[in-house]
Amino acid sequence: MKNFNFKSPTNTKEAAKLYTGKATFLAGGMSLLPAMKLRLAAYSDLINIKKIKTLSGIKISSKSLRIGATTTHAEVAASKEVEKTISSLSKLADGIGDPQVRNRGTIGGSIANNDPAADYPSACLALNAIINTSKRKIPADKFFKGMFETDLKKGELIESVEFEVPEKSGYAKFPNPASRYAVVGVYVSKLKSGIRVAITGAAHSVFRSKELEEALTNNFSPSSIDNVKIGSKGLNSDIHASAEYRAHIIKVMAKKAVSSC
Amino acid sequence: MADLIGSKIERKEDRKFLTGKGRYTADINLPRQTYAYFVRSPHARAKITKVDHSKAMKAPGVIDVFTGDCVVKDKVGGLICGWKIVSQDGKDMKCPPHPVLAKDSVNFVGDHVAVVVAETLEQAKNAAELVNVSYKIQKAVIKTEEATSFENIHEGIDNNLSFDFLLGDKGKTNEAFSKADKIVKLDVVNNRLIPNAMEPRAAIGDYNASSDELTLYTASQNPHLDRLIMSAFNAVHPEHKFRIVAPDVGGGFGSKINVYAEDVVVAYASKKIGRPVKWVAERSESFMSDNHGRDHVTHAELALNSDSKIIGLKVDTIANLGAYSLVLAAVTPTYLYAPLLLGIYDIPTACCTVKGVYTNTAPTDAYRGAGRPEATYVIERIVTEAAKEIGMDQAEFRKKNFIKKFPHQQCLVHNIDSGNYDAHLDKAIELSDYKNFENRRSQSAKKGKLRGIGFSTYFEACGVAPSAVVMSIGAGVGLWESAEIRFNPTGNVSVFTGTHSHGQGHDTTFAQIVGDKLGVAIENIDIVHGDTDKGPFGMGTYGSRSLAVGGTAIVNACDKIIAKGKKVAAKMLEGKPEDIDFKGGEFILKNSNKKKTIGEVAFACYLPGTFGDVKSPLPEGVEPGLIETSFFDPSNFSFPSGSHICEVEIDKETGETKLVKYTVVDDFGTVINPLVVEGQVYGGVAQGVGQALYENAHYDESGQLTSASYMDYTMPRADNFPQIKIDYTCTPATSNPLGAKGCGEAGTIAAPAAVMNAVIDAVGTDVQMPATAEKVWKALKKNGSKKAAA
Ligand SMILES: Cc1cc2nc3c(=O)[nH]c(=O)nc-3n(C[C@H](O)[C@H](O)[C@H](O)COP(=O)(O)OP(=O)(O)OC[C@H]3O[C@@H](n4cnc5c(N)ncnc54)[C@H](O)[C@@H]3O)c2cc1C
Repeated sequence: MKNFNFKSPTNTKEAAKLYTGKATFLAGGMSLLPAMKLRLAAYSDLINIKKIKTLSGIKISSKSLRIGATTTHAEVAASKEVEKTISSLSKLADGIGDPQVRNRGTIGGSIANNDPAADYPSACLALNAIINTSKRKIPADKFFKGMFETDLKKGELIESVEFEVPEKSGYAKFPNPASRYAVVGVYVSKLKSGIRVAITGAAHSVFRSKELEEALTNNFSPSSIDNVKIGSKGLNSDIHASAEYRAHIIKVMAKKAVSSC
Repeated sequence: MADLIGSKIERKEDRKFLTGKGRYTADINLPRQTYAYFVRSPHARAKITKVDHSKAMKAPGVIDVFTGDCVVKDKVGGLICGWKIVSQDGKDMKCPPHPVLAKDSVNFVGDHVAVVVAETLEQAKNAAELVNVSYKIQKAVIKTEEATSFENIHEGIDNNLSFDFLLGDKGKTNEAFSKADKIVKLDVVNNRLIPNAMEPRAAIGDYNASSDELTLYTASQNPHLDRLIMSAFNAVHPEHKFRIVAPDVGGGFGSKINVYAEDVVVAYASKKIGRPVKWVAERSESFMSDNHGRDHVTHAELALNSDSKIIGLKVDTIANLGAYSLVLAAVTPTYLYAPLLLGIYDIPTACCTVKGVYTNTAPTDAYRGAGRPEATYVIERIVTEAAKEIGMDQAEFRKKNFIKKFPHQQCLVHNIDSGNYDAHLDKAIELSDYKNFENRRSQSAKKGKLRGIGFSTYFEACGVAPSAVVMSIGAGVGLWESAEIRFNPTGNVSVFTGTHSHGQGHDTTFAQIVGDKLGVAIENIDIVHGDTDKGPFGMGTYGSRSLAVGGTAIVNACDKIIAKGKKVAAKMLEGKPEDIDFKGGEFILKNSNKKKTIGEVAFACYLPGTFGDVKSPLPEGVEPGLIETSFFDPSNFSFPSGSHICEVEIDKETGETKLVKYTVVDDFGTVINPLVVEGQVYGGVAQGVGQALYENAHYDESGQLTSASYMDYTMPRADNFPQIKIDYTCTPATSNPLGAKGCGEAGTIAAPAAVMNAVIDAVGTDVQMPATAEKVWKALKKNGSKKAAA
């Protein structure tokens, strides 16, 4: 790891001010620090945002569930409120990586990083989330741009993520046996505005499946997925799963997710 | 204290390890220490046209940079193959030069090219980025089966063939096959594995100019062997001025047998700069540059007669040696493999060929089991196929072909002294509730799962011996072991063993042996190993040899202590040595109530003054002190065996395999500490299951290691396992007085076949290791369409 300045602001204004030069935000450090240790990334300044109290916590209203950016996966998994309002989300948080990662990693870090195999991006898309940043409100549909790429501008800080409370929702993940990231993760939801199906792990970035959304709009049941054709074109192929296998697993996980609703 | 043998004593060493008090090489920091960082090849195969380190030399904190030119100039020898074998045409195997820093070419990703030594690790790393190596990239060969048809990667080694080994009688075997009623054929791949010891390798070279002594701290399984190799072949430093310390070592599994380039280089660099030089592998370096294991491609055929008896076995294997030939690289896929292919079956004739090939991958070498897991996998898979093909029960077919009488001279190499194979199979069948398996299968089917059962009835050969024989087939050293027992004047005991504990629990097991023999409380016994300056030359720990060979040396040294003690006690008790009995730590004069404890006798040996009426306790001609040394060279290997029965459940939709039941019955001969043995079996089985279901070292076509971290290399984890049932049978070994056989590798040897036989039973068609979800899913699909077509 190359040397850097370490700064710990206690409010967002200070954070914005400290963000100069080749800086970056540090949340749980679960993705950032390994990259720096392996010298795949280097920064002049790390702005530790874990000391900013307003960035952490869970807030529920009748229509939405807001999770502060530095809230850890473990906190989300353990929250009774989340469990009551959107239980599929607590299940998702509980299935991220391992206990160490869940105790450090944060929701803000996860979506800012937008790893193609991360779990949360699928929840954001399926639950029509709004990403509240230091500058604006970004709808999830516009936020995830591509592999490790988001709509965030330089120095823009995610403050919280606001999920729409669905009528029904479910998440099923086929974990990578080594890292336990998603080889394929399928998030299904029934919102006021309609059915959403978001898929992570399978392609270069999280995406919504029109085919599955249509099928489930006609009939929200696992059996309606049987006849959907999921092509392998555009899906990832790596040492853990071929595109063909991923296409198959998307259907298996989609059924599982619907069954769990 | 006779009950010490066979009792479940908690490991003496666990307290320090579990409370973070272990002292590993990385924990050692010396005054004026510097840090080394290696520049490694990013390419699988390339010519080095230039190494420019001028910028790095000027970087902050840099003390020196060493390259291939430096080691040539200073005549540092290359790394060696320690056991050379002969091809079937009578020619010696071919070994390419293996310099500790590459000069002209690199041959795998991670190959060591240069080293930067700096005041801090950070500075060394920064400067390493400034070492400019110019490469002319060449096409690389990665796949085992493609090596012989690829252009030569090493000059003068045609077809990349190191050796073409033959064991057995081809003519006789062909004759048996011509008479066979049934021939069963099988193709198997034994996947490449990365050892993944918990502690990464580490080394510190520390040269002292005033005494001309060189000390190397290193994570090694065999410090004396390292010293021998590094002084005799690498010419680092003369043996009598060279000390190697292998302190606490966090696992080896064979990956810490070799003298590695990093060991030689830090020792050399320390002499050059006159300061200690420390190197600790990062985990990614371990993945790339520790020796890998296995990597075979095999075709096997088994001949049966009309009575379901095996009458012949033919095996042809290609073994991937990787880029160079390491210390045990050649013996592992030949002598440690081929003889074991016979399994525990009475097979009258067999032959096996092994082609050892070079590729542009990390060098392979012994890895837990070394040759025996590969062999067991072949025979246990093909025996299972044979039973299936002739429609006979797995257990019945095995029993019908088991060796029944001992000693048994096998048709290839081994003379098995003892065993009772029916006994452990019967016990395993009972424990695993084999008779109700079909019920369990239908229960699983109701849940939509496919259930399968697999057997693996294995034997293995450990404690490679005797020295004269192993040296006649190419070993560079003998495989005896040493022990020294030093009674201290106050009555406690230091035991020096030439073996090395890096997780095996020697501190406890050996203390139990000494406690039992000498009647000393185990708290008062210290087991000392891992330092060439402390005990006599020893061969180290690998191949499950420590108890059978090293333990016997300890027993023999104890006997010498008792013999001398009797002489001294006789004088003290005013009797004759032959009238002294030794029992429970006391020397007793026959037919009297006169006795002396061994502590009193030890004290007298060191302080031979007046003892009451006795002027001196030392008889005429007996020297003071109570220290005895023994070197033991066994007459034969020991042959543990056992039965593993595994059950798996497979998810039809995803192809995921779950281990649901696992039963082990082992015959390890005498068990000194069942707790320690259980630990070895659990760990061994877990590692074997890892090979069968999860682990795979994967190189892409260009030779990049794509499974180079725990994000991609799947280690087995606790939640992958059901509770494993373990039990024992016992037929004592006859080749050592303890009756002990080895237990350290058995789990890893037996498990892959047990698991894969279960997976294949569930799937109904062939699957190669590791049985990942996708592979199983594809096999199910293929099988489904085959069934639909039929
Ligand atoms: C072994 C392992 C297993 C894992 N398994 C999974 C898994 O199964 N599923 C899964 O989804 N993830 C998994 N992860 C990733 C984990 O969830 C990480 O925690 C997450 O990707 C990053 O969160 P973090 O808080 O650690 O962010 P950091 O590592 O601190 O930061 C990551 C990036 O986000 C930026 N950032 C952080 N917070 C903000 C913010 N508020 N606003 C703007 N930018 C910000 C940082 O600047 C940095 O670029 C795993 C990680 C590891 C190491």
